Amino acid sequence: MEKITFKGYVRPNGKVGVRNYVAIIPVDDISNTAAEGVSKLVNGTITLSHPYGRLQFGKDLELFFKTMIGTGSNPNIASCIVIGIEEKWTDRIAKGIAETKKPVEAFYIERYGDLKTIERASRVAQKLVQDASELKREDIEISELVMSIKCGESDTTSGLSANPVVGKVVEKLLYYGGTVLFGETSELTGGEHIIINRIKKEEERKKFIEIFNEYQEFILKEEANLLGSQPTEGNIKGGLSTIEEKALGNIQKIGNATIDGVLDFAEGPPNKGLYFMNTSSAAAEAITLFAAGGAVVHLFPTGQGNTVGNPIVPVIKISGNPITVNTMSEHIDVDVSRVLTLEESLEEAGEKLWNYLLKVISGRLTCAEVLGHREFVLTKLFRSA
Amino acid sequence: MNHKILIHHVKDNVGVAIQDIKMGEKVIGHYLDGKKENIVEIEALTDIPLGHKVALKDISKGEVIIKYGEIIGEATMDIKKGQHVHVHNIKSRRW
Repeated sequence: MEKITFKGYVRPNGKVGVRNYVAIIPVDDISNTAAEGVSKLVNGTITLSHPYGRLQFGKDLELFFKTMIGTGSNPNIASCIVIGIEEKWTDRIAKGIAETKKPVEAFYIERYGDLKTIERASRVAQKLVQDASELKREDIEISELVMSIKCGESDTTSGLSANPVVGKVVEKLLYYGGTVLFGETSELTGGEHIIINRIKKEEERKKFIEIFNEYQEFILKEEANLLGSQPTEGNIKGGLSTIEEKALGNIQKIGNATIDGVLDFAEGPPNKGLYFMNTSSAAAEAITLFAAGGAVVHLFPTGQGNTVGNPIVPVIKISGNPITVNTMSEHIDVDVSRVLTLEESLEEAGEKLWNYLLKVISGRLTCAEVLGHREFVLTKLFRSA
Repeated sequence: MNHKILIHHVKDNVGVAIQDIKMGEKVIGHYLDGKKENIVEIEALTDIPLGHKVALKDISKGEVIIKYGEIIGEATMDIKKGQHVHVHNIKSRRW
């Protein structure tokens, strides 16, 4: 097998990143202001503001911690500062991230106030940015890559072009020993039999069926009519009529690959290979969960056009809809519309996307990164206490 | 003549317009998993916008709609070959 490499950052725990961020992580909604204050003063930091982190409990609180620790642990982050209103939950997140052996410092606002906290954290952030700026990209084997996939504002062109093109890249990355995460539990409805048949191990198959059925029961309990939500109004405008049709198009993204395991929300894969993760099908929520599970780059096929990005993971957008490629060109990294006119084969388009992926994971910025799309959206399982 | 319809699977009873198709237009469709010569000709009975589906044969009310060789829903009314197929005449069998 030929050796394929890219230029990445090796972190102290051996995991490989494709970006080199110093992250300021607020623990809760009321600490966003102080965290953003640090970012305003110290160039080269990013803030992961979010609206939660207070009075969550039970499974919802556990998912919150898992997502925050997973995000801070993501190898695209060189080092972080965690800022919370009080000590306990702040320390829990900072200690969780510190297990990766990357530099982490925690600050609590109580007894200091925002202004003193901003000053103290900024002095540390300045040093972290200067230290991170010395880290160099190294040659890394492609088998070290963890990539996630999820589509959005899909239409029928997604199932004909962008999704099967992503499928080609997924097959290739798996062939070279890499890791791929996919999810979108609700969006497998009508194609779940295909997923079940692709899962290699019986116990993982059982786990998937349990996750899938739990979601179906949740939908039925709410007695919801999902037409307009799943499929979305954008999907319907683009010609998708039912959830089954959308799901069958969605599944094209894993190509002909078989599935190694099933993960819960924000869980990291235990080995290399293809893993299903339980996620919402909402773009920003799913990408945030994949990033918390360790994905360092994301492939995002779109039909009608979606603008989503992520603060720590480069999101590469692919579209086969000629109208979208023309009218939203600043958002589309890879145009695969010639697959529809049969001027380009899926294999040729797959090779084009593969080469673009290698550039992005070696440092080239995506459309979403340059346009400032940094949607960090936590999945909330139920209301807070 | 260039194709204006793509069809995922030989079992499918709908195809996808890859360009806007006008009512009365005669267009050809290519099968993606078939051989190059596997081509159908359809006369559009309605306008069909890019990305929307067209019936490849007459479909009766209650009959299943097949795309990717799989069931994607069922007809809520009789649909004629060449008609636009969408939320107005098919529905999910799941939700």
